[in-house]
Amino acid sequence: MKPDEVEDVEIRLLLEGVQRIYGYDFRDYADASIKRRLNHWLAESGFDTFSQAQSRLLRERSVFESLLRGITVNVTEMFRDPAFFRAVREQVVPFLKTYPFVKIWHAGCATGEEAYSMAILLNEEGMAGRYRMYATDINETVLQKASEGVMPITEMQRFTRNYQKAGGRASFADYYTARYDRAILSAALKKDIVFAPHNLAVDGEFGEMNLVLCRNVMIYFKPALKERCLRLFDSSLLAGGFLCLGLKESLERRKMGERYEELAAPLRIYRKRYG
Amino acid sequence: MAETLDANPRQDGTAPKTAARSFEAVTIGVSTGGVHALQKLLGQLPATFPLPILIVQHISADADSGLAKLLDERCPLRVKEADEQDEIRPGTVYLAPPNYHLLVEREGFLSLSADPYVSFARPSVDVLFESAAAVFGRGLIGIVLTGANFDGSQGLKTIKRKGGVAIVQDPADAEARQMPQAAIAATGVDYVVALDGMAALLQKLAARRNTIPHDEKGRDD
Ligand SMILES: C[S@@+](CC[C@H](N)C(=O)[O-])C[C@H]1O[C@@H](n2cnc3c(N)ncnc32)[C@H](O)[C@@H]1O
Repeated sequence: MKPDEVEDVEIRLLLEGVQRIYGYDFRDYADASIKRRLNHWLAESGFDTFSQAQSRLLRERSVFESLLRGITVNVTEMFRDPAFFRAVREQVVPFLKTYPFVKIWHAGCATGEEAYSMAILLNEEGMAGRYRMYATDINETVLQKASEGVMPITEMQRFTRNYQKAGGRASFADYYTARYDRAILSAALKKDIVFAPHNLAVDGEFGEMNLVLCRNVMIYFKPALKERCLRLFDSSLLAGGFLCLGLKESLERRKMGERYEELAAPLRIYRKRYG
Repeated sequence: MAETLDANPRQDGTAPKTAARSFEAVTIGVSTGGVHALQKLLGQLPATFPLPILIVQHISADADSGLAKLLDERCPLRVKEADEQDEIRPGTVYLAPPNYHLLVEREGFLSLSADPYVSFARPSVDVLFESAAAVFGRGLIGIVLTGANFDGSQGLKTIKRKGGVAIVQDPADAEARQMPQAAIAATGVDYVVALDGMAALLQKLAARRNTIPHDEKGRDD
């Protein structure tokens, strides 16, 4: 048999085992990148083959957790894609302002930067106290970090540039205090964000959202799982609500597409139609 | 997987359906000097070139999609920036978008990822080459062109290990020679050629069947 074929079988068995034992379902993740990351994990964990890793993986939760950390990609930043946040500010917020109170869901929030960016933006637009955010992720390690709201100070320069490009109205330094090599986000940003575990592959909807963001998460999923997520978002969103995807994700080829109109064309902001 | 791709010939009409080891795709990795090199290479390939071409050109994270448009205007083949889940079609050139890795999925379509940098780059040539090698095996032609870094050499090594063909731009002909040199040092390369001869070589390979000396172990190793 050919090495790749053996490995593909091993990976399938491993993901099957992980699903059955731990309830985390990675079977519908796009093969190429999960394979890459699994191989990376394998090399770091010291096992020779996936078959060899399997036995301990299925018996020791700590081994599984290292796998989980290895295969979820948590790269994020404040005001990632500044043009997107500028468009939210200019084209989405005016609609949100017409509600007395809005609910927002960040699905796949990683370490929270996207939610904190949105909090800054909404506060600057005069919506402080009029929103609640649910920021969810499959990975509890990143959620823990997210709720702490502490970032490396070395990132602040880049984040400040993003903030300015995104149309920030104040000074980015107003939103954190520097402590040695850390930047601690101000409590005012945290108080209306709830961080919670949620797995898009198995868990259910969140009701009555005005805005759902799921950026750079479904890009790792196979078509069937993408469709599942989109159904989830659709049933979570109010009519007239907004769905924001990553810059390289689109509704164009999705069944759900016709229920949405695209607001800011290349920036993947969609509005759910009424009726 | 790869076998099913074989059953679905991506050749021009003249290739018989039984062409078990005909080439299925071309991957190109290029960095410094790439805009010029790609214009030259793609400019010499006719619109009838039968294979899909997947390209990683190192590009800054906030670049726009201008390069795909420029190449599309100046080359006979259709050039587009890769979108997630694009089906890989013959005679089409796919360019990795800025800030995303480009990968090949088993089912014959493309995927993108925002994984961390690999070989100091995103998009990374190594990521494209390794994922394409896993899918196309012996049916893959990998090309490393001009560049001032080392990305692509690991990927080209993988392409060779899985039975594909490796072509490298002659360092003496390259605007930046490091990338071709690193690739040549990393693996046994099949062809070292100047840019000018490359389009003709590709056409020759694409038109041929059973070009690779093959052992009984199969296409994957
Ligand atoms: C690349 S990050 C995106 C972070 C942020 N949305 C952004 O665009 O900057 C992807 C996140 O999706 C999470 N994720 C992956 N699979 C998931 C799943 N099945 N359910 C929920 N979150 C998931 C990962 O843990 C990771 O934190």
